[in-house]
Parts: sequence; structure tokens; C-alpha cells
Amino acid sequence: MLLKKRTFLAGAATVAALTALSTGAALAQDKTKVGFVYVGPINDGGWTQHHHESALKMVEAIGEDKVELVYQENVPEGPDSERAMTQMALQGADIIFSTSFGYMDPTLNVAGKFPDVKFEHATGYKTADNMSAYSARFYEGRAVQGTIAGHMTKSNIIGYIASVPIPEVVRGINSAYLHAKKVNPDVEFKIIWLYTWMDPAKEADAAKTLIDQGADVILQHTDSTAPLAAAKEAGGVIGFGQAGDMAEYGPSPRVSSIIDNWEPYYTSRVEAVMDGTWESHSVWEGIDTGMVGIGEISDVVPEDVKAEALAIKDAIAAGEYHPFTGPINKQDGTPWLAEGEVADDGTLAGMMFYVEGIEGSVPQ
Amino acid sequence: MDISAINPALLLASLMVASTAVLIAAIGELIVEKAGVLNLGVEGMMITGAICGFIVAVTTGSPLLGFVAAAFGGAVLSILFAVLTQFALANQVASGLALTLFGLGLSALMGQSYVGIKPPSSAKLDLPVLSDLPFFGKVLFSHDLMVYFGLALVAATWAFLKYSRAGLILKAVGENHDAAHALGYKVIRIRIMAIMFGGACAGLGGAYISLIRVPQWTEGMTGGVGWIALALVVFASWKPWRVLLGAWLFGGVTVLQLNLQAAGIAIPAEYLSMSPYLITILVLVIMSFDRSGAPASLGRTFHASQ
Repeated sequence: MLLKKRTFLAGAATVAALTALSTGAALAQDKTKVGFVYVGPINDGGWTQHHHESALKMVEAIGEDKVELVYQENVPEGPDSERAMTQMALQGADIIFSTSFGYMDPTLNVAGKFPDVKFEHATGYKTADNMSAYSARFYEGRAVQGTIAGHMTKSNIIGYIASVPIPEVVRGINSAYLHAKKVNPDVEFKIIWLYTWMDPAKEADAAKTLIDQGADVILQHTDSTAPLAAAKEAGGVIGFGQAGDMAEYGPSPRVSSIIDNWEPYYTSRVEAVMDGTWESHSVWEGIDTGMVGIGEISDVVPEDVKAEALAIKDAIAAGEYHPFTGPINKQDGTPWLAEGEVADDGTLAGMMFYVEGIEGSVPQ
Repeated sequence: MDISAINPALLLASLMVASTAVLIAAIGELIVEKAGVLNLGVEGMMITGAICGFIVAVTTGSPLLGFVAAAFGGAVLSILFAVLTQFALANQVASGLALTLFGLGLSALMGQSYVGIKPPSSAKLDLPVLSDLPFFGKVLFSHDLMVYFGLALVAATWAFLKYSRAGLILKAVGENHDAAHALGYKVIRIRIMAIMFGGACAGLGGAYISLIRVPQWTEGMTGGVGWIALALVVFASWKPWRVLLGAWLFGGVTVLQLNLQAAGIAIPAEYLSMSPYLITILVLVIMSFDRSGAPASLGRTFHASQ
């Protein structure tokens, strides 16, 4: 009896599974299911919010009748993200975007288990047959920011709130420093590493510390608006929006911002999945394609500084100027780029050293 | 490397600010644990207090009302824990963890339309002569009122536990609830009051972060401070002054490590980042060698029939 019951149950389960599969397949033909994995909440005012807004715009652009969006917020980097992505793949997602550096290896693992699902990992460098890497050249925006910062500082001390020691963050520091130094040779950078992408309390403490030590310009690579709030309270200190425009803190302390605009990329990739032309690649787009946007420069910045910053932005967009153009030495004084030489993408992708003039060391 | 960039007065001043949230929450939890209840939901109650205080402060324009609402919000959430553990006799550890998860979710829901809003700023102490003193003015006499409230709370808690009859009863309940019950004390009622006090304190601590220290609302913004508060109580051997010491150590090393990083000192940033946790625990562990232990009934369920 028991055996019969078990066989019956197994049979019933198979039927149920088959029904589920066939309806799943039928639905999948109707709508393309797009999954997003976020590291923060969708209203963080920065990084995650802009990924999510871009995702919503992508759905709007392609049409709600053709795309279904699923997402999960606050997914910790590391093994837990593997569970989140596996779940999405099991629920029938056709393409999954994992939007933080720390998801790189988990994405690779899940991609191996689901060869029919396409994966897109942001800001990493590993790829597979069904996994692409995409990132933005934020350092181009940092060049514009550094130019403004170098002109605007009166104390010649610029504070930098760094998040997690990965090449993307180090590139940003170097790019900002080089361009601040170019317009203001006396400039000095004070850098604090927080080991987190978002923790408002820590960010506020770090900003206050930098201000206490004389910084009157705060650059941040963390995602919350807490440093801007601290700058506002201190008075006479300016900062920049990170990942999002953070316009609510304008015109001062927020004088400009780096905005991530992922929508065109998301739309093109989802469409590629729909018409079957999706292929694995590794792309790195900048100001030229609009993936990196410069938020409006407020009136607190003098006209000539604004013009200079915009000129650099235009030159980068036109491909006439590269933020890492020699001569540049590494921190220890050894030459890195000769006069007129331009950094190659390989070196930039793995950049874990400061350029000459920056104090302190990159955490390894 | 430029140590002279660090201004000791500013460093000590920011120490006071950095330690207040964890201090107030830890004092609340100390009272709860002294009554024999282990509430692991501090983080959840803090973040709920943070958003309750934020909402009320923004809508009314009064930070004071915000703090009142934060205490209220934290206390209301703690009633949930009290009902579960004191009447339904649920496991305290599991209920406390659930309370944290619940509080994090609830606060995220409540705060959805409050992201990116600036709260009204809180008044700072400004005494004519004292606040202008060269060094001590900056360190001691120019903070927001919650800093002094936190210090007063430590003193009051210490005096309450040491000298008052109610304090003795509270400790009796925490040490041996059966004996306290036999003496005619209302164990459940006393514990519920202690839990609500703990909830109110956690709420105040949370609101301190969202209204003064940051000040803005972001999901999950307490960032684990509640867990630090819990650890402080244990490592401080359930003594109010040691909680204060622990909070200062933690806050102090936190701001010190940021200052050292900014000054470009040659210690790798990784070590500096972990130093607040390491040093605080180390110091308090060494101090707790005097074997003053936990309340004997800590975490045990009480039912009058047993």
C-alpha cells in the first residue's frame, strides 16, 4: 500500500512538474523575464536606485507586454547572492543582471548551472559563454570632478571617502587627484576607506572627520547622501552626487554629480535576448555613450571653472582626451606612462596602485 | 603622515557624538537583562525608533517630539516581544531575532516616502561662558542635548540599581524569579516594564542616528549598532559605568581610526577598520575577569505555576 501510495505521489509530482514546465514555457514565449539583483535598497538615492530606475525605463522602452521585471533588493555580496540568482533562474528568468562587483564569482557559478539563462554582471571582469561583463568608465567623470574640486578648494585639502578597495575605486581616486593637481599644484588628498558601499552613519562620521581635518571639498565613492548632509551642516564645504544626481542637496553643498545611466545598455541587451542575438561580451562605456553622465554644475561654481570642466567632459566624450595621459608616475616614483602615452584598458582594469603625490597606501 | 592635523578637542567632541547612540541603546538593554530577559531585538527596535522619530520630526518640525515618538515606537515594538515571551512563553532568543528582522522590514516600509528628506536640526547646548572655554568648551559644553541625556541616563541607571528599592526588586527578579515571585513581586509585570524601557531606549538611540548623527533616513541605517550595544552589555558585566566606558572606547576608536586614516598614518586601513571592535572587546574582556556574572535567571522563561 505504502509503495503504491509513493508511486502515486511520485507520478502526481511528475505530472504537476510537467504542467508547470509547459505553462512556464508558454509564458516565457509571451514575456521575456528579466531579473535584477541589487546590493542596496531601491531607494538608496544612489547606486541601486539608478540601476532600478534604468531597469524600469528599459521595461517602458520595450513595452510592459513584452518584458517582465523581477528583482531582489539588499542581497549581500558573496554566497547568499548565489541563492538569489539561482532562485530567479529557477523561476524562469531569461536574463539576470547582477549589479555589484562582489557578485562576480557567484554569478559565474550560477551561470555554469543554467547554460540557457543569460547573465550580465556589472563592474566585474570575468565572463563565460552565457555571462557578460559591463561597466562604466567612472574615472572619466572623476576627471571632471577633480577639475572642479581643485579649483574650488580654499584649504587645498580634498577629502575622499573611499568604499571598497577594488580597481574601480582606486582609478577614481587617481583620476580625481591627477586633475585636481593639474589645476591646483598645492592640492592634498585625505582618503578614508570604509569597507562598505553604503552605511550612512559611517559615511557621516568619515565626512565629519575629513572636515575636522581641514577638507573643504568632499568626494565620495559611497552611495548614500550622508556625506552631503554632513557637508551642509558644516557649512562652506562642497561635495558631489555619487551614482545618482542627489539634486536635493543642490546648489550647495552638491555642486555636480556623476550619474550612472544604464538604461540604453539594459534595453539593448534585453532586446538581444528577445531576438536571439545575445552574445557574451565585456564592455566598458563612458561619457561618450552616456553611461557616465555629469550632473548639472551648479551656480556655486564660477563660470570659468564650469567652462573648463565642461571642456574636459566634451574632450573625453569626443575621444580627444584620455584622463590617464602621461607623464604619470606611480606613487613610489617609478614611471608608469611616458609623455603623451595613454593607459591601456588592461592596466586600468587591474589598477591597485596610487599615482605619485597621493599619501597612504592602497589596502590590498 | 601628519598627526598634527588631528585636533584633540575635535576628536574628543566627535567621540561623544559617535558613542551616544550605542550608549543609550545599551543602557536600555542592560535594564532588560538585569530583569532576566534577553532581548536580541535591539537592532530592530533601534531602526524602528529611527524611522518613527524621523517621520514625526519631519511632519511636526520638532526634533523633541521626534525623540518622544522614537521612544514610543521602540516601546510599542518591544511590547510585541513582551507578549511573545512573557505571555506566550516563546523562546527569547528566537523572538528577539524575529523582532530584529521584523523591525528592519517594518522600518523600510514606513520610511519609503521619507528618503532624501532633511529633518529639522536639533538645538545644541550653548552656555555663555562654558561653551567658549578653550578646550573643554568644545569637548564638554557644545553638544546636542541627547549627549547629556545619555550621560544622565547612565548615572540614573546606576543610582536606580544601586540605591533604590525598585532597583533591588528588578535585580531580584533577574537573579531568581521564583524567589521574587514567592516574595509576592509581580515578575511578569516588572519584566514587561523593563522590556518597554529597553525598547524606548533603543528607539531613542536609533533616532539619535537618523535625526542628529547622519541626519537623514536610509533603509538599514543603524548598520549593526544594536548588536554592538548587546555585546557591550555582556562585556561590561552588566555594570552601567562600564557600558559608558565601552561606548566611549568604541566611539573613540571609531573616530580615531577615521582620523588616523585621513592623516595618512602608515598603519594599513584594514587594521584600523577592525580596531574599534577588537579594542573594545579586548578591554572589556580583561575587565570582566573579576567574575561578576550574568543575572542568574537571564533568558529563562518564568511561569507562576512552576
